[in-house]
Amino acid sequence: MKLSGAEIILKSLEREAVDTIFGIPGGSVIPLFDKLYSNKKIKLFLTRHEQGAAHMADGYARASGKVGVCVATSGPGATNLVTGLATALLDSIPMVAITGQVASHLVGNDAFQEADTTGITRPVTKQNFLITDVKELSRTIAQAFYLARTGRPGPVLIDVPVDIQNAVCEYDKKPDCVIRGYKPNFKGHPRQIKSALEAIMRAEKPVIYAGGGVISSGADKELTQLARSLGIPVTLTLMGIGAFPGTDKLFIGMPGMHGTQAANFALQNCDLIFAVGARFDDRVTGKVSAFAPHAKVVQIDIDPTSISKNVPTEIPVVGDCKVVLRQMLEILSKRKITKKPAVWTKRVLEVSSKKALMYKKDSVLRPQFVIEKFYELTKGKAIVATEVGQHQMWAEQFFKYDKPRQFITSGGLGTMGYGLPAAIGVKRACPGKEVLDIAGDGSTQMNIQELATAKVYGIKVIVVILNNSCLGMVRQWQQLFYGRRYSGVLLGMADNKSYWPDFKKVAEAYGLTGMRIEKKSGVEGAIKKALAAKGTVVMDFQVAKEENVSPMVPGGAPIDHILELA
Amino acid sequence: MKHTIAAMVENRPGVLAKISGLFSARAFNIMSLTVGETEIHDVSRMTIVVKGDDKTLEQVVKQLNKLPDVIKVIDFKNEEFIDRDLMLIKVNASKSARSEIIEIANIFRANILDMSTDTITLELTGKETKLEGVLKLLRPYGIKEMVRAGVVAMSRGRK
Repeated sequence: MKLSGAEIILKSLEREAVDTIFGIPGGSVIPLFDKLYSNKKIKLFLTRHEQGAAHMADGYARASGKVGVCVATSGPGATNLVTGLATALLDSIPMVAITGQVASHLVGNDAFQEADTTGITRPVTKQNFLITDVKELSRTIAQAFYLARTGRPGPVLIDVPVDIQNAVCEYDKKPDCVIRGYKPNFKGHPRQIKSALEAIMRAEKPVIYAGGGVISSGADKELTQLARSLGIPVTLTLMGIGAFPGTDKLFIGMPGMHGTQAANFALQNCDLIFAVGARFDDRVTGKVSAFAPHAKVVQIDIDPTSISKNVPTEIPVVGDCKVVLRQMLEILSKRKITKKPAVWTKRVLEVSSKKALMYKKDSVLRPQFVIEKFYELTKGKAIVATEVGQHQMWAEQFFKYDKPRQFITSGGLGTMGYGLPAAIGVKRACPGKEVLDIAGDGSTQMNIQELATAKVYGIKVIVVILNNSCLGMVRQWQQLFYGRRYSGVLLGMADNKSYWPDFKKVAEAYGLTGMRIEKKSGVEGAIKKALAAKGTVVMDFQVAKEENVSPMVPGGAPIDHILELA
Repeated sequence: MKHTIAAMVENRPGVLAKISGLFSARAFNIMSLTVGETEIHDVSRMTIVVKGDDKTLEQVVKQLNKLPDVIKVIDFKNEEFIDRDLMLIKVNASKSARSEIIEIANIFRANILDMSTDTITLELTGKETKLEGVLKLLRPYGIKEMVRAGVVAMSRGRK
């Protein structure tokens, strides 16, 4: 069967069971959009900015576990994807981006809307391809999906010149996607697994430190079983939230800069860290040389570059978290567990209950209260996407996540403007779930145009703006470390007295429901109304302006140098 | 510490940029890099010489291995290997200096490629230390132009 390049792209996407693509057309992708016009299997979400398209594909991928797909035209269309690709790369999210390119004979000619897309996106993708022959298309797309979803997942970009979208060739239905330089290790080495397990069983004061790898490999059940049967406390990174039930008594919160006292206490005093799909990010370790001084590190990761990168690993196991944890559970099932680190675990849990997260409970409308109310009124079942900043930390701290893929956040790159489009992608993947976008007034305005996309496609998300009229996280640092010199952070009008803009009116301009909540007493009623509403709701919670995220470890300090700010 | 690494890579556009990007993204300076064909038609071989501590190097080797376009990486750190560089050097050679330069060339088994009324161009292959030694001897005559191809390396023995 002879097909055009554009038809081959769509056929190949169907072959990968893609049901949605997010994107915007332009001169160099018109042939592809023309074929999309009559395609019945793939639904296009026309976004209002290509960055929105990339984040929607990312949110869709995080919520569903499938590969998210976005499409953009050449030049500015492609460059607008860059932040979205970098966001996905740092958080290991499977995504495929397809970009149009100027006609092959014009490539390198400074043609209209030409950019060196593969050059620009090289450092922000797991792999990228420039198609030079229509015959390569089918196989390249198969390889792109294979690369995106396997090993340590990540975004892959395919750049397709417009003439190749029009060129015709025989469609290769079952292309070979073997890549000789790419063979991810799934199964862990049996001897390594055995010695890892020995070390964990021998430890007096072990702690499990798990991250996003548990979620991407679907190893949450295995992790939970292992932790419970050995009685070891669990701390989860920002990317790992939901990999172990947030309501379990062994859960001690997140470690690091805005981590709990208990998690940081456990890491600094343990004799063994069992790292599962986590990469010892600088926000976790604080000052590396003072990090976990007594700990031996046992680490499972599918990516060998994550082993001994920041913190030396004594016993590495390279493999898929789920497969390796299963191998461990298999060994454990044949053994009697005689010793549990009961004294140590008790001590950690004591710190956890004595030094629980808190905030001032007075009559002031505080952001943490809003999040707790949402937790209560959604019975903890909502999927929470976030923007980036103070609200993101509060969303992690004051909502408990029992399920993987329930907390959707830009952890590695810390991309403001991520939350709203990601939430739309999440809702598309999980139409039956309540989806929140916990946001700040700053980041909401970075991709606010996507309210139009939500409206047009009848997507319901609740945009929870914890409006403090400033770039709160930077303001917090300026308050604590720069003598309250609030340089470039106040988002209100010149006097910064009022809250501005009027988000309620903005929502209404898009044909959506807008609400303004100024008092603590109005919170519950407003949330109930929002939950009952049909379409997207924008809620402007005008909260205390100088609220701080607590606890806090100052940048570059050891993680037991904790400031209590609440 | 100087390290020599070889990488077999897919022979296609963009691969060199991906590899050099790995080094530049880590502020790692490449001392020499060569690319050439191999016994397999669609595989190229790169030889990269870098300076850096062991830990950084270990990370670079892992990152190289991670690239889908890289088929195999050889780190010569723990291996016996042979390495050679090639140098072309154009040196000032007045009538009186000519025979001395030819003598140096003979001792170091350099080929004389070209000669003019006041220059001699030599070709020299060998280990870096040898190349540097010859350079030192020729410098007093005045070096007009010098170019080196970069190191290529291979393991010793059957491997």
